[in-house]
Amino acid sequence: MTTAPLDKTMPLGRTRLSHSATFWIGFSVVMALLIVAPLVLPPFWRGFLTECLIWGLLAMSSDLLIGYTGIVSFGHSAFFGLGMYGAAAALLIVSPPNLWLAIVFGLGAAAGAALCVAYFSTRLRDIYFAITTLIFAQIFYVIIFTWTAVTGGENGLIFDRPHFSIPHLVNVPFNSTTIHWFVLAVVAGSYLFLRRVTQSPFGMVLQSIRENEARTRAIGYPVERYKIVSVMLSGLFAGLAGVLYAVQKEFAAPDFVYFLTSGEAVIYNVMGGIGTLVGPILGAGFFQLMRQLLAQFFGDQFPYLIPLGIIFIAMIIFLPQGILGFARRWLNR
Amino acid sequence: MGTIGEFIHAIPVDLLIIQTVNGIVTGMILALVASGLTLIFGIMDVVNFAHGELFMLGAYMGVIAFATTGNFWLALLLAALIVGIFGAALQIVTLRPLIGRDPLNTILVTFGVSLVLQNFALWQFGPVARKISAPISAEFTLFYLQYPWYRIVIAVLSGAIIGALWLFLKYNKFGVWVRATTQDRVMAQAMGIPVPLVYTGVFALGAAMAAASGVLFAPFGGVDSSMGLQWVLEAFIVVVVGGMGNLAGSIVAAIFISLLEAYAAVWLDPSQAVIVSFVVLILTLLFRPTGLFAAPK
Repeated sequence: MTTAPLDKTMPLGRTRLSHSATFWIGFSVVMALLIVAPLVLPPFWRGFLTECLIWGLLAMSSDLLIGYTGIVSFGHSAFFGLGMYGAAAALLIVSPPNLWLAIVFGLGAAAGAALCVAYFSTRLRDIYFAITTLIFAQIFYVIIFTWTAVTGGENGLIFDRPHFSIPHLVNVPFNSTTIHWFVLAVVAGSYLFLRRVTQSPFGMVLQSIRENEARTRAIGYPVERYKIVSVMLSGLFAGLAGVLYAVQKEFAAPDFVYFLTSGEAVIYNVMGGIGTLVGPILGAGFFQLMRQLLAQFFGDQFPYLIPLGIIFIAMIIFLPQGILGFARRWLNR
Repeated sequence: MGTIGEFIHAIPVDLLIIQTVNGIVTGMILALVASGLTLIFGIMDVVNFAHGELFMLGAYMGVIAFATTGNFWLALLLAALIVGIFGAALQIVTLRPLIGRDPLNTILVTFGVSLVLQNFALWQFGPVARKISAPISAEFTLFYLQYPWYRIVIAVLSGAIIGALWLFLKYNKFGVWVRATTQDRVMAQAMGIPVPLVYTGVFALGAAMAAASGVLFAPFGGVDSSMGLQWVLEAFIVVVVGGMGNLAGSIVAAIFISLLEAYAAVWLDPSQAVIVSFVVLILTLLFRPTGLFAAPK
């Protein structure tokens, strides 16, 4: 990143930064702001920001499907929820609770669910993909909701937050600031990874599936296999978001496996701008902020999904590119 | 050899027959919901996520109309009419601007609509389920049960509505327009068929059918704001299993799935019996992704 070449065509006397230099400067500025944020924000907004980042990660994972592969998943609540319950399993069974084990368990559970969903639902054309993913999410919801002996049923599971530990180096308990940094590091890392993936030849194939599936198949790419891998990748990151949420909130509840969670992830995407990866994070922030403000003005019982749903519908009709749509090309370069 | 005999004796024949009747009754309502869904899909390529909410809205309208008019059948008609007009308005406002765009947009928009409607109903009508009494209270004896005639009437009525829809599509001028548009949108337009009007009409028709099934179902299920999701999921499964856009297939699939669920409820908890229909869907996707009853091409 330090070797950003200067633009050869720059006019004399004016220094224009290259695309990648601008990108990395922007990235560093946003990162710096997010690193400093918990030090200046009051405790409530600190937790709020961390939560927004986690929802952003979930939305970003689903953007890989909506924005790049061109298929809408309503099953991300299953991946998110299994990440959550996988982490819960690790934290409850193994003593003392281990953060890394929680992540491994959560990712494993999410990957299992993703494999199952990907295998079945990529057999149908795009529209039915949405329905089958929704039905799979509902299957997992019913299982988790009714299998009270293992999952705690309606009450969910409560556990202790693990320490942040690297063997022989550090072992410190999380506080609200350090967990924010940890979440931020994971989300930023995931962003860079997913950005790299979407720019790779693999990502290019995904985008060509979005643009013209029949032609991609005719060229000779095994479209189904690419779709399965993209669903699994997406599911893994959704599971990671679930693990982070479990670690931050210290509980796992069946509500998060309910399909509304997937629906909200889709809303974040549309609001922020599909196919941009950062857009969904912004969309998540916008959605959560609106929700919070509506609750403060009109009380907790206010049905915030009515105004937000109407904004969502209006955005699909009038602004399908989302808030960050204007920067889509630039961000994907 | 005794075990097989014991097993056969352990099958509760009377219970199975009762569940067969139950399954057919639910299946007919489901067929009514699914045929609206498959009609909208077949003609517009729109997967209507809000279909369950139209069902729910119809049920609420039925409850309100029943409270004011006191006549169940009048309430049924009114609810279908109101939700039908609402459906037309919905199509004009939210779906018409999306014609010609990626079909993904229609999924997203109808999902948004379903979210708004569901929360509106929760906000407006509260979380407590509303009850409505059946217009026919007569019962007949089915083994040890007093089985309400109303359920039989529902099944017949649903069948009659679907039959009327079929006749309408076959002989009415608008029905011919609908079929022509389904077959070839561009050609139909070239022949002077007002395609946008056909779209709106079909959506209104589907909405009215969903509303009618909502009212019919209301007396034995209770009405609450979250009932839509369960029905739309089942209807989706039916549409996929029956073959996309295939009216006859979805009716057969509706009864098939409802029967399976009813039988499963003999041994399982009702909330887990739902999984049976999910399993049917998965098996269908595995072995016949185009649907069990899809017409050979």
